[in-house]
Amino acid sequence: MADTVSTTLPKETLAKLPSSAPLSPLKIGVRRFRRHRMAMFGLILLILLMLYISFGSFASRGYCTPIKQNVTGEAWANCNDTHLKLKPPSSSHIFGTDVIGRDIFARTIYGGQISMLIGISAALMEVILGALIGSLAAYYGGWVDSALMRFTEAMLNIPSLFLLIIGAHFFSGGLPTFHFFGRELTGSVILIILIIGATSWMYLARIVRANVLSLRERDYVSASRALGASDGRIIFLHLLPNTIAPLIVSATLGVANAILSEAYVSFLGLGVQGATATWGNMLDGAYQYLDSAPWLWFFPGTLILLTVLGINFVGDGLRDALDPYSTKHL
Amino acid sequence: MSTYILRRLGQAIPQLFIISIILFMLMQAFGDPVATLGARTPPKPEDKERLRRMLGLDQPAYMQYFTWLIGNDWQKIDIDGDGTPETYGKRKGILRGDWGNSLVTRRPVLEMIGDRLPNTLLLMITAEIIIIILSLTLGLYSALRPYSLFDNLVTSLSFVGYSMPVFWLALMLMYIFAVNFRQWGLPYLPTVGMFDPRVGKTPGQLILHMILPVTTLAIISIAGYSRFVRSSVLEVLSQDYVRTARAKGVRPIYVVLRHALPNAALPFITLIGLDIPFLLAGAVVTERIFAWPGMGRLFIDHTARADFPVLMGILTLISIAVVIFQILTDVIYSFVDPRIRLE
Repeated sequence: MADTVSTTLPKETLAKLPSSAPLSPLKIGVRRFRRHRMAMFGLILLILLMLYISFGSFASRGYCTPIKQNVTGEAWANCNDTHLKLKPPSSSHIFGTDVIGRDIFARTIYGGQISMLIGISAALMEVILGALIGSLAAYYGGWVDSALMRFTEAMLNIPSLFLLIIGAHFFSGGLPTFHFFGRELTGSVILIILIIGATSWMYLARIVRANVLSLRERDYVSASRALGASDGRIIFLHLLPNTIAPLIVSATLGVANAILSEAYVSFLGLGVQGATATWGNMLDGAYQYLDSAPWLWFFPGTLILLTVLGINFVGDGLRDALDPYSTKHL
Repeated sequence: MSTYILRRLGQAIPQLFIISIILFMLMQAFGDPVATLGARTPPKPEDKERLRRMLGLDQPAYMQYFTWLIGNDWQKIDIDGDGTPETYGKRKGILRGDWGNSLVTRRPVLEMIGDRLPNTLLLMITAEIIIIILSLTLGLYSALRPYSLFDNLVTSLSFVGYSMPVFWLALMLMYIFAVNFRQWGLPYLPTVGMFDPRVGKTPGQLILHMILPVTTLAIISIAGYSRFVRSSVLEVLSQDYVRTARAKGVRPIYVVLRHALPNAALPFITLIGLDIPFLLAGAVVTERIFAWPGMGRLFIDHTARADFPVLMGILTLISIAVVIFQILTDVIYSFVDPRIRLE
C-alpha cells in the first residue's frame, strides 16, 4: 500500500515541495541574512567602501611640487604644497586640499585604511575582553563574579567618552612609530585601539555572562566535566562557542562604534597624531573652516557616516539572522 | 517601598566608592600638573617643589585619594619642606562637601561646575522634552501603519540618524542654516555661543542660539528612540487585551491612546531614565562645536591643563547622577506598572 500512495503523487508536486534536507544553523543564518534587504544593502555599501580604500590607493599619485618629483601612494597623501592650501575641489584635487595643501582625496583613502584598522582591532579587543570577563564571572560565580561585575557596573556608570578623552590625553606623546603592511604608523594608532577597546567591553560582558549562566547548567557541560575536562576547555570549547551569536553581532556593531569613537576623540584633537591620516583626525580643526572650506569636513565626515551606516545595517541583519528563536525569513 | 529605596541607596554607596577609586587612578595617569605649569618666566624648581607640597601632590596616591575623600584638616602637613609637619591641612574632603579647588583658577570646583551646569541643563532638558514628544509621536504613528511608506521612511531615516557622527550633523546644520541661508539672503541662525554681544542677553537671543544645538542633540536620539517605541507599540498591539478592546467596539483612537500606549511606554520610561544622565556627557562634542559654555566644554578645557580636581568633580557628579537615576527609574517604574512589586 505504501508504494501506491507515493506513486499517486504527481511528479510536479514533488518537485515543488521544499527539500526535506535539514538546514544547518549556519545555512539558516545565511538564508535569513540574504533575504534581509537592508542588511544586503549595508553589505554592498561596505564592499564598495572597502574597494574605495584599497584600490583607491592606485589612483593616489601626482606631481609633488615641494620635492619636485612625481610621487605615488601614501607619499602623495602626505605631500604638502603650501601654495595649494585650502583649494576647493577641482580636476587635479577632486576633493580639494587641506590647510597645508595636501590632497584630501588621497588622505581619505589612506585615512580610511587606518580608521578601518582601528575599528576592527578595537572591536576584536572589545570581544576578547567582554567574552573573557563575562564567561569567567559566570563560570566561577561567587566572589569572582561579584568582583568582576561590580567593576563592570562601575565602568558602565562612567560615560565612555570621558574615559576616552582622559585616556587619550594621558598617553599622548612619546610613542614610537612602527610598520604595518608596509606603512609607517605612529604609536598613537595602537594607543587609540587599546583605549577604545578597554572602554567598550562592558555591555558584551554582561550579555555573555547572562548566556553562560544558563549554559553552564546544561547536561553537556556536566558530562564534559565528568569526563575530566579542564575549566579552560569547558569555557573555550563548550560555553563560548554557544554564545557565538551575540559575540558576532557585538563585534560587527563594535567596529562602527570604534570608528565613531576614534572620530570623536580625534575631533576633540586627542586622537591619532602626526602625519598619519584617519577620517577622524582629518576633521580636527576643520570646523574652523565651516564656511570657507566645507570640503575639509564634508568628505571624511560623509565617509564615516556611510561606513557606520553600512555596518549598522549588517549588524541589524546579523542579529535577526542569528536569533535562534526567530522564525522570520525561513 | 522605603526599605527598597534604602537598600538600593545602600548598594549605591559602595558602587560610588569603586567608581571614585577607578577615576582617581585614571587621574594619577595625568602625571604631574605642576610640571606642565606655564608662566612668562618658568618657575624655579624649588618654587615648584613648594607648590607641589601646598597642593598635596607630594603625597602618595592613596593619601591624595583620602585627602580628596575625607580631607586632611585633622592632621599636620609639612609645607615648608623641612621634614616636620607643622601646619594643619585645610581640605575637608568631598564627603563633607569640599570638592577641592581648581589647579588653574584656584576657585572651588563646586562653584565652577555650578556656573556651567545651568547652561548644560538648559540645553539638555529642552532637547529631552523634544526627543520624548517626537519619538513617541513618530514611533506610534509608524507602528499604527507598519510597512507603509511613512513607516519605511522613518525606519530608514532613523538608521541614518543613528549612524550619524554628532559633529557631522552639527556641521551640516550649521552650513545649511547659517552659512547658506545667509548667502541666499534668508534669515539665518547664529552658530556659536549663547547670546549675540551686540543684542545683549535677551530670552529671544537665547532661543535663537539654542535652535541648532538642540536640533543636533534631538535628531541623534530621536533616531534610536522612535524605533524602540515603534517595536514596543507593535508588540502591545498584538496582545489579547487590545483585541478584546477592539472587539468590544472601543473607538480605535481610544484603544491606542488608553489601552496600548501606556503599556508600550513602560520600557520607554526605563530607557529614558537610564539615558538622561548620559546626555550630560553626550553634550561634550555638541558644546564644543557650538561654543556653548556648559559643563562639557569645562571638561575639555581643563583636560588640556591636567586640572584633575575639576575633572574629578565633573565625573563624580555625573556618576552620582547615573546611580540616582537608576534608582529613580526603578521606583517610578513600580508606580506606573502595578504588576511590579519592589521588595
